Amino acid sequence: MSEAKETLLTGLVALLLFAPLTGVSLEGYGLNSHWQNPFLLAGMAMIGRLLLGRLRGLRLPAGLAEYDWQTRLQRPILAVVVIAALIFPWLVGKYWLNVATLALIYVLLALGLNIVVGLAGLLDLGFVAFYAVGAYFYALGFKYLDLSFWIALPGGALLAGVCGMLLGFPVLRMHGDYLAIVTLGFGEIVRLVLNNWIDFTNGPNGVRAPFPSFFGLDFSRHPMPGKSSFHQFFNLPYSSIHKEIFLFFLLFIVVCGMVYFVRRLRRMPLGRAWEALREDEIACRALGINHVTVKLSAFGIGAMTGGIGGAFFAASQGFVNPTSFTFMESAHILAIVVLGGMGSTAGVIGAAVILTVLPEALRDFAEYRGLLFGCAMVMMMIWRPRGLLRSRRALFRREQRAC
Amino acid sequence: MTGHIFAQQAVNGLVLGSVYGLIAVGYTMVYGIIGMINFAHGEIYMIAAYLTAIFLAGLTLLGLQSPPLAILLVLAATIACTALYGWSVERIAYRPLRHANRLAPLISAIGISLILQNYVRLSQGARTQGIPSILDGGFHLFASGPDAFVRLTHAQLLIVVTAIISMFLLHFFIARTAMGRACRAVQQDRVMASLLGVNTDRVIAIVFVLGAGMAAVAGVLVTLNYGSFDFFIGFVAGIKAFTAAVLGGIGSLPGAMLGGVVLGLAESFFSGFVNTDYKDVFAFSLLVLVLIFKPSGLLGVPEVEKV
Repeated sequence: MSEAKETLLTGLVALLLFAPLTGVSLEGYGLNSHWQNPFLLAGMAMIGRLLLGRLRGLRLPAGLAEYDWQTRLQRPILAVVVIAALIFPWLVGKYWLNVATLALIYVLLALGLNIVVGLAGLLDLGFVAFYAVGAYFYALGFKYLDLSFWIALPGGALLAGVCGMLLGFPVLRMHGDYLAIVTLGFGEIVRLVLNNWIDFTNGPNGVRAPFPSFFGLDFSRHPMPGKSSFHQFFNLPYSSIHKEIFLFFLLFIVVCGMVYFVRRLRRMPLGRAWEALREDEIACRALGINHVTVKLSAFGIGAMTGGIGGAFFAASQGFVNPTSFTFMESAHILAIVVLGGMGSTAGVIGAAVILTVLPEALRDFAEYRGLLFGCAMVMMMIWRPRGLLRSRRALFRREQRAC
Repeated sequence: MTGHIFAQQAVNGLVLGSVYGLIAVGYTMVYGIIGMINFAHGEIYMIAAYLTAIFLAGLTLLGLQSPPLAILLVLAATIACTALYGWSVERIAYRPLRHANRLAPLISAIGISLILQNYVRLSQGARTQGIPSILDGGFHLFASGPDAFVRLTHAQLLIVVTAIISMFLLHFFIARTAMGRACRAVQQDRVMASLLGVNTDRVIAIVFVLGAGMAAVAGVLVTLNYGSFDFFIGFVAGIKAFTAAVLGGIGSLPGAMLGGVVLGLAESFFSGFVNTDYKDVFAFSLLVLVLIFKPSGLLGVPEVEKV
């Protein structure tokens, strides 16, 4: 078919698709007309179709595509990131510090999901369930058992990991796609139970979660009698930002630990088995890899990371309720992993920071977030399924010599 | 009295189950033919619900008064438009990924699902919408007293009858027409079918169109029956219909309908006799349990992975 004909056909189909849903909107039992919308959208579709035809032959310049970002720029970038993170909290106000803390939580979650989706190739659509387990373990543990953050953090991680293993064990034996739908269902089960079990979880009204203490010192202005608070102990004037800075650094240390952990894991036999299973499960099984335990380890570690993220989320918000754990949240984390390039640690961290800060910086963007995430996911899968910056696998390479 | 409640829940479950079955057909056919879970299928159903309301409002504005004619026209227009959505989704998001790795089409499907949800939310607003009820009345069956009867509304009857007719037509198409034979051939062995001259891309497109059409039938019927919907209904309906497809044996058409009815009945009895708040939890747990203990479903054949 000629290009002109195909473009016209695209426009016609787009017009038919967009006309009923964007051309009119329901108003009570009647309709409001926005007759120009479908024509605009169909026009855009036609322009997009034309551009697509033109761009098809286009490739990134060879030097840019082949440039080895990871090994050449790793150290300078790492240094810049660490220094920036050390300086940053002292320069900004409470609002941006909170945004940064949230961004770090997403970095942590995305690193966890990246192990499951990116390295092991298992699609987990209910990641938010483990996040919820961690958050609610802390909040409910405090409410009923008076657990402190420092016990709830490993406890929540462990519980989330156990949940992941219990869920994953039966499902991972089967064809991979089922895992996606089972985790999707599990995510909804957790949310619905948290929402409906009002006697235990307080339902939609949520549960309070206290702020973590600094080695036993709390951050209140007036501590309980007989106890010392952070600003009294260090003879500082009271400031409410102390605890935010503390949480930021704490989270930063955890994220750094996680990055190191993932980096080591990828070079271990286990990490290599994950990636090998992702590429060809049958070949791996023929070579004697136990696919269930290998996948289960990835799934469990991912779930544990989700649990840690959840405990931090509860601590930073001071409050949890089920609306924070919808499917949209899972989709958000998945979008981060996909856009960052599945399997690439640096890409995922970058995407988590950008996709958390951007909606805060551009309020208008927030409205279109879901739409843009969806488009980005489809386009990434079609054009660059391994991420904008490709992740390189560690491999033995012969030294290149000039001769 | 308990007998009446039981019978009433059975009627409700049957109605619900027919709807699940109609949506499940789309999952099961797509899974059978290209082996992927089409996560965007629930959103196709949601779009059909919106289209129903829009076309109905349009017909009312044009001055059409007769309910049967309006229902027929709305059904035809919604099926056509929704089928076009199904076709476009396949063309844009799945066809380029035919030879990509296993994860790519799934993620693309999630992306499409987000796109469709937000597209409807932005164009039609986030609030719950409704349509005026145009199908009133019903029958009282087994009436033995002022409160002792089983109610079957006209809308419910319409759902069951239309579901049966649609399934019969679909079965006829798959079993008796040349295109249907091509569909079965592609399902059995795509490479061999294409070597024998079957246009596999077209067959796959047809399967998406058929699945979307069946989801459209479900969307129209549910909207006529319940009258209210929002942009998020596709999510839960999608998971439940998928549960129905798995329950009946994924890849099997009669299985999808059977699974839908079984799930509808189970859910209806659960919410009638146990607890309404947890009916979704019950349905999702059923999905997990079926996948664990009988992944091949009621009518499916065990899956053997070939190299």
